[in-house]
Amino acid sequence: MLYKNPYNNYFDYVVQRDMDKCIRCKDCVTQCSYDANFYDEERDLIYSLDSNCVGCMRCSTFCPTDCIRIVRNPDTFRINANWKDNNVKDLYKQAGTGGIIITGMGNDKPYKNYWEHMVIDACQVTNPSIDPLREPMELRTFLGRKPDRLEVNKDGDITTKLAPQLVLETPIMFSAMSYGSINYNVCESVARAAKELGIYWNTGEGGLPDTLYEYGKHTIVQCASGRFGVSPEYLNAGAAIEIKIGQGAKPGIGGHLPGEKVLEGISRTRMIPVGTDAISPAPHHDIYSIEDLRQLIYALKEATRYEKPVSVKIAAVHNVAAIASGIARAGADIIAVDGFRGGTGAAPKSIRDNVGIPTEVAIASVDQRLREEGIRHQVSLVAAGGFRNSSDIVKAIALGADAVYIATSALMAVGCTLCQQCHRGRCAWGITTNDPELSKRVNPEIGAERLVNLIRAWSNEIKEMLGLMGINSIESLKGNRDRLRGVGLSEIELQTLDIKQAGM
Amino acid sequence: MKIDSQGMHYKVLNQKINEAVIQGITDIELFNVNGQRYIGDGLRKEVRINVHGVPGNDLGSFMNGPVITVNNNAQDAVGNTMNGGKIIIKGMAGDVCGYGMRGGKLFILKDAGYRVGIHMKGYKTLNPIIVIGGNAGDFLAEYMAGGVIILLRMFGRNDHNNIIGDYLGTGMHGGTVYIRDGIDKKKLGKGVGVSEPSAEDNMLIEDIIKEYAADMGLDAGKILNEKFEKLTALSTRPYSKLYTY
Ligand code: SF4
Ligand code: SF4
Ligand code: SF4
Repeated sequence: MLYKNPYNNYFDYVVQRDMDKCIRCKDCVTQCSYDANFYDEERDLIYSLDSNCVGCMRCSTFCPTDCIRIVRNPDTFRINANWKDNNVKDLYKQAGTGGIIITGMGNDKPYKNYWEHMVIDACQVTNPSIDPLREPMELRTFLGRKPDRLEVNKDGDITTKLAPQLVLETPIMFSAMSYGSINYNVCESVARAAKELGIYWNTGEGGLPDTLYEYGKHTIVQCASGRFGVSPEYLNAGAAIEIKIGQGAKPGIGGHLPGEKVLEGISRTRMIPVGTDAISPAPHHDIYSIEDLRQLIYALKEATRYEKPVSVKIAAVHNVAAIASGIARAGADIIAVDGFRGGTGAAPKSIRDNVGIPTEVAIASVDQRLREEGIRHQVSLVAAGGFRNSSDIVKAIALGADAVYIATSALMAVGCTLCQQCHRGRCAWGITTNDPELSKRVNPEIGAERLVNLIRAWSNEIKEMLGLMGINSIESLKGNRDRLRGVGLSEIELQTLDIKQAGM
Repeated sequence: MKIDSQGMHYKVLNQKINEAVIQGITDIELFNVNGQRYIGDGLRKEVRINVHGVPGNDLGSFMNGPVITVNNNAQDAVGNTMNGGKIIIKGMAGDVCGYGMRGGKLFILKDAGYRVGIHMKGYKTLNPIIVIGGNAGDFLAEYMAGGVIILLRMFGRNDHNNIIGDYLGTGMHGGTVYIRDGIDKKKLGKGVGVSEPSAEDNMLIEDIIKEYAADMGLDAGKILNEKFEKLTALSTRPYSKLYTY
């Protein structure tokens, strides 16, 4: 049967080019890594194959005469409130291929965003605000188990033996992104920035390339079910170890680095053949219970002589509070909760868009539960999953997080335009690709500088916001839900977040 | 150095072992071991640890260098993510032994439990090896990406129908499994192919078995008498057809 798939005729973007302005420099041809732009020598014209365009805007950014516009394709399927364009398109694609649809980045569906329904309190008249430009403002954050009580001797020295802590100069860390899912230059950008900022970056589950060991003091090394790159040297190189149980973009399923991206360097670090899919199974095969988790936590603690905090990262799911309580009791020093807007290098679209819960509600309920059980101090709480700006972070901390993890916004600082093609290994911005030529598009020095700029700007904004609340330390904001109010939330939503309605 | 482990918490026992290693002691003998976990965990020195009694879970996990001999049975997760060195179990071992193993050798005299050698790795000269003298449970070599597993089916409980579990090598995309005395094809996971070992394979098998037999006090000739079959992944990307974008 000769059958042309309607999906081939429908595509998201159209490349419009003003040929009067075009100087035939061919930059758009070389910049496009998806083969969407062509030069026709005979006619001296630049063409675009719109169906290949993913809307990454690399060409329009680099066009010296600004003559390219990437616009939404006006050609649509018949309008149907039930069958939206992407439903139709996905269905045709699957009818043609029989495959599970893979995508990259975070959930892009219009679920309610609770950050946008919470507002922050400020001082007026009765309690003075603080000017962060003139007065000291403390953002330093310690992650790790805190003692039940502190004992102090006559000279005022603390005699209680403290558990190992991570010290952050600002309550923001770079979340797990594996070497392989992002390339070496991006890893180096993130590592350098973490060092300069006095915070931490996270290796993700792909191991640590030898040449990045020098950033070990600012590195959280991950141990996931695939155990890629987990050598005793690796465990000891990091400042903390994170057991990855789940990821917000794909709760309940394992990691998947498509074979296209497994080139020599990744093969060496992960110890798998070149070109194979790097698959991390859904569960750790030695973890089927909280007791088993405890066994791995202590195996890692024993392996590093109890010198490093151990974090456990889970995806935010319905009963996240009970799971977090179990994790705290299993001996974790840090729990990272990754909400369903968290990004990914590759995940089935159906899962990314439909599984898990927002980090806002997850953090609120975990913090609440741990407080009720009197074990909140035993463990630090890190929120992850879609932080877009400093106010999201302030709200997360007021809801009970000790710090946050960012990844998507970090990649955006390095150039990402959210085109969601990370799984294809052809990232035109040189981020989620291991192609040696494309990878050169990220310069680690510039990447690091932009990351440092972003975190400095956010940190200054956080200080401003603390100041206007009349608070001079991030510690006093932690779990301080009285400084938040809900706007446009139902009673049960307010209850879940444990915040008051604005005006009350 | 001798350590009586009677009634000792694992943390104390491992602390003692660690201190001994730091002092430069190279031979450590543990007596009355009774389920203490994490013995040899993360050790990175070439020491010999001789265990009398039954060690607990995660024996030798993450270790790189030591040679651990257990004179009895061992429990679960022996050699978990181990990097180098050798573990000799002169009895049975439990589930998930050699999970994510990256190098070194794990020799088990008798049966091993479920999910042994899952996600074993290998890269060029780094080539972890597991030899199981008896039977193995379900999911042997699942997701295997590198290394070598040899299953002898000789010294375990002699239940020939149940000599190896189901789903053997499911999701395997690298590495090799050699099985002595033929296998029941029904037990194979999807995507695994059976072939005759090449001359090179046979040399490798012979080398490993000679070392294994010497460690266990067995007759290598008798083990090598029987034919071996070789299992490898049919595809390096067993799941690539599953996806689209
Ligand atoms: S560079 Fe990006 S936006 Fe431009 S044509 Fe190629 S895919 Fe489309
Ligand atoms: S980059 Fe712009 S000016 Fe250069 S060929 Fe392309 S459209 Fe023309
Ligand atoms: S990292 Fe690259 S491929 Fe992924 S969304 Fe960003 S620009 Fe697109």
